[in-house]
Amino acid sequence: MTNIMNADIKNIIKAIANKEYSVEELVNDFIKKIDKLDKFNLVSEKLYDEAILQAKKADAKKKEDRLPLEGIPIAVKDIFCTEGNKTSASSNILKNFKAPYESTVTQSLKNAGAIIICKTNMDEFAMGSASDTCNLGNVINPWTKDFSKPLTPGGSSGGSAGIMAASGACFSLGTDTGGSIRQPASFCGVVGIKPTYGRCSRFGIIAFASSLDQAGPFTKNVEDGALALTHMVSYDKKDSTTSMEKMPDLFKNLKNGVRGLKIGIPKQYDIEGIPSEIKDLWNKGKKILEKLGAEIIDISLPHTKYALPTYYIIAPAEASANLARYDGVKYGYRSKNKFEDLNEMYCKTRGEGFGKEVKRRLLIGTYVLSSGYYDAYYLHAQKVRRRIIEDFDNAFNKIDLILTPTAPSDAFMIGEKTEDPISMYLNDIFTVPSSLAGLPALSLPGAMSDNGRPLGLQLIGNTFCEDLLLRGAYAIEQEICFKNEPPLGNL
Amino acid sequence: MMSEYNAKKIKSANDEWEIIIGLEVHAQIITNLKLFSNGAAEFRKEANHKLDLLDIGLPGTLPVINRMAVDQAIKTGLALNATINKRSIFDRKNYFYPDLPLGYQISQFKDPIVSEGFINIDISDSKTKTIKIERLHLEQDAGKSLHDQSPDKTFIDYNRAGVALMEIVSYPDLSDWEEAGNYLTKLRSILRFVNTCDGNMEEGSLRCDANVSVRKPNEPLGTRCEIKNLNSIKNLMKAIEYEATRQVTVLEGGNKIIQETRLFDTNSGKTKTMRSKEEAHDYRYFPDPDLLPLELTDKRIEDISKTLPELPDDLKIRLLNQYGLSAYDARVISSDQGTTEYFEVLSNNRDAKQAANWIITNLFGKLNDSGKSIKDSPIDAKELGKLLDLINKQIISNKIAKEVFEEMFTSGKSAATIIEKKGLKQISNTDEIEGIVDKIISSNEKQKKQYQSGNTKVLGWFVGQVMKETKGQANPSVVNKVIIDKLKK
Repeated sequence: MTNIMNADIKNIIKAIANKEYSVEELVNDFIKKIDKLDKFNLVSEKLYDEAILQAKKADAKKKEDRLPLEGIPIAVKDIFCTEGNKTSASSNILKNFKAPYESTVTQSLKNAGAIIICKTNMDEFAMGSASDTCNLGNVINPWTKDFSKPLTPGGSSGGSAGIMAASGACFSLGTDTGGSIRQPASFCGVVGIKPTYGRCSRFGIIAFASSLDQAGPFTKNVEDGALALTHMVSYDKKDSTTSMEKMPDLFKNLKNGVRGLKIGIPKQYDIEGIPSEIKDLWNKGKKILEKLGAEIIDISLPHTKYALPTYYIIAPAEASANLARYDGVKYGYRSKNKFEDLNEMYCKTRGEGFGKEVKRRLLIGTYVLSSGYYDAYYLHAQKVRRRIIEDFDNAFNKIDLILTPTAPSDAFMIGEKTEDPISMYLNDIFTVPSSLAGLPALSLPGAMSDNGRPLGLQLIGNTFCEDLLLRGAYAIEQEICFKNEPPLGNL
Repeated sequence: MMSEYNAKKIKSANDEWEIIIGLEVHAQIITNLKLFSNGAAEFRKEANHKLDLLDIGLPGTLPVINRMAVDQAIKTGLALNATINKRSIFDRKNYFYPDLPLGYQISQFKDPIVSEGFINIDISDSKTKTIKIERLHLEQDAGKSLHDQSPDKTFIDYNRAGVALMEIVSYPDLSDWEEAGNYLTKLRSILRFVNTCDGNMEEGSLRCDANVSVRKPNEPLGTRCEIKNLNSIKNLMKAIEYEATRQVTVLEGGNKIIQETRLFDTNSGKTKTMRSKEEAHDYRYFPDPDLLPLELTDKRIEDISKTLPELPDDLKIRLLNQYGLSAYDARVISSDQGTTEYFEVLSNNRDAKQAANWIITNLFGKLNDSGKSIKDSPIDAKELGKLLDLINKQIISNKIAKEVFEEMFTSGKSAATIIEKKGLKQISNTDEIEGIVDKIISSNEKQKKQYQSGNTKVLGWFVGQVMKETKGQANPSVVNKVIIDKLKK
């Protein structure tokens, strides 16, 4: 097998099982690949030594002792605590922080045999849509053709999305709060899945907005996504918000097609001003589903337009409390500058340790929770969130899946929107409503834009219906046959 | 004692001022683990011992509710005659302080686990007053900043951080410092009965804040001040008395009370400003998204209600009815389970009033002096019972019994052993006493004549002489009879 790194995970597993390839060889190939990707700044820390050690152990195992993901190299967003490695959430305030514990999701994957080969860069504390708030510099989309005009991979999981686009791992992990898996998946031309809120334990994942954060995989295709997700989800007694609802078998009906399924097309997502190529892609998705025997139904999600403002109240409010623990007292960064008293220590530590976007959101969050503003902002937002959930509940009484575009544009140039937070926040317009409702959703590559950049289609499923979600995505994927690869030359 | 009860008021030259008091009590829940983590909750000297990841707020760590702490709160709520809310919510109370590891305290704000209960306090031997309880909620304790370990550094001990507390908030139904003291005593006794808090104020497992305001009768409520961290019932009472008097002085001086938080200085006996309302934190409470609402089933509440012991009020009524104790004795005995158990063993087949008396007057005195609780009493109820039996069989006098009791308390020996060893048996033998009386009368002719000429007071002197001679062992009633008989001759 010459290009094993581009193969499906199940074929890689087969190749290893048949001894066509050793795990060590596989890991070394990926290491070489990742080293060549340095200019894209995808990686926060390379964990090669440990990965090679694990590879050797995997190779030494008897066939019957092999685990389901034995020897599969993965890249992990720097927001998952991995024991003994640096975990910084791309923030200076956690620079060099090493967790003495392992996140439940990465532990589950390790238990299944996966090998973490690197940690990936992201927006600081997952706050951003362009991976341009990372403490280690901008992350660059491997689809960039002209390095004088580098493209964003999207965000916040830009490093993990980018590394999949460049085939630098078998799969990678991201987290999605308002679109942080799906939007970068769209920008990078890969599959990105956000499961139902409560499917993956949040234990050991550095919190941004607790009621929204969910882990999910980036993969080259839907089937790989099913495999990765299967080994990520679990009820966890260390996270009270995980669900005991059993995960359906994601493979059982994966290839059974969409005949008879009802697909909702929400009219509120047909927003004025979105590029025609995005509308064309959406129509293409509809047509494919129709052709495959699904029924297309126009639906209404009337509170959609309030989703973005609601999200930008709730997420910063939760973040303002979640990030209060980074105070220079117990661990992490403390200002090296002189301070006279405790208050000055806090101000300098947090002022120096957090980046601009994080500070902006902490201010917003603190404001909307303040006495006198709480009812008008936070409480109101919670009520609107309920309405948004009801919109989806009503819709799913009549339909099985919802089809929309993933993002309102293709990958834009780094810096293009940095100074305009509102236009940056608009990136999440299609992904935020389903996040607020805790629904499973994914992005899969659908087409290339006129600029030659990938565009994604989003499918949204009903709560805990990941099986149906992936089944729909698989059907579309087979029809679309997205085979485009980033212009990496001979990398 | 049937005197009319009146709450104390602050009197000045022209006016009488009423005092309005509400108490907020923090009670540390008896449970091995912290409220949301597996950190150890026991009292330790070694700092930062057996901490869990959450106890220092490590990134990505999450709170998980301790079931036992919830059960204990339910049990306490039931004992306070309160409503157990089947759905309650944990909120984040946001503020920065080094001993607060998460930057917020997990507490309950709008929807507490328990609401609307009451406690009856005794305001005189015949009267009780009902003090309404607004709420009981669950919350985390903070750690402790240590400023005395180094001249220029502060150290932090997170042992207490995250420990489970119940905050029990009364309505402002208390009218003076004695009622406040009574309320806290009664609350502590209930907590101990249901075994949800050890009530130890010195170690800080029970802490109290008091809200105090004053007003002239029939006028609207005055501005209140909150006095923080009162660590004993005595200090609570002193602080309220001082604070109410201070407020009256301020108001009568034509000034206004500023709403503020004050601290009680135990050395000066005064309260002083800690922070004003303007400096007060905006805690930005909001529901903790890491925790689901706490849902309780009827069955869980029922199961817990079945484990409730007999509570002080019911017990007091039983002591009154079953044993015929006085209201005072019944109240004192029923205030503590250990005392009640002790009493019930001691009074078994004995005079209940005598038993109560011995416990309250003699045993409590010795226990207080030695700083022991009744459970650690060197004299158990059975041994004290044997002593009472010796009194009642007239083998020793009450006076000797007290001496024997002292000896029992220090040595732990039985009454019989002490009496035997020291030869303290009462002399009731008339012949023996007659001999002694004869001897004394014959050598004190002068006093004999005085008696015979009508000065009966001298009888006491003769009794005293006999007691002196017998080292107090003579049976006083026999002695009396014999002396009168002999002197009449």
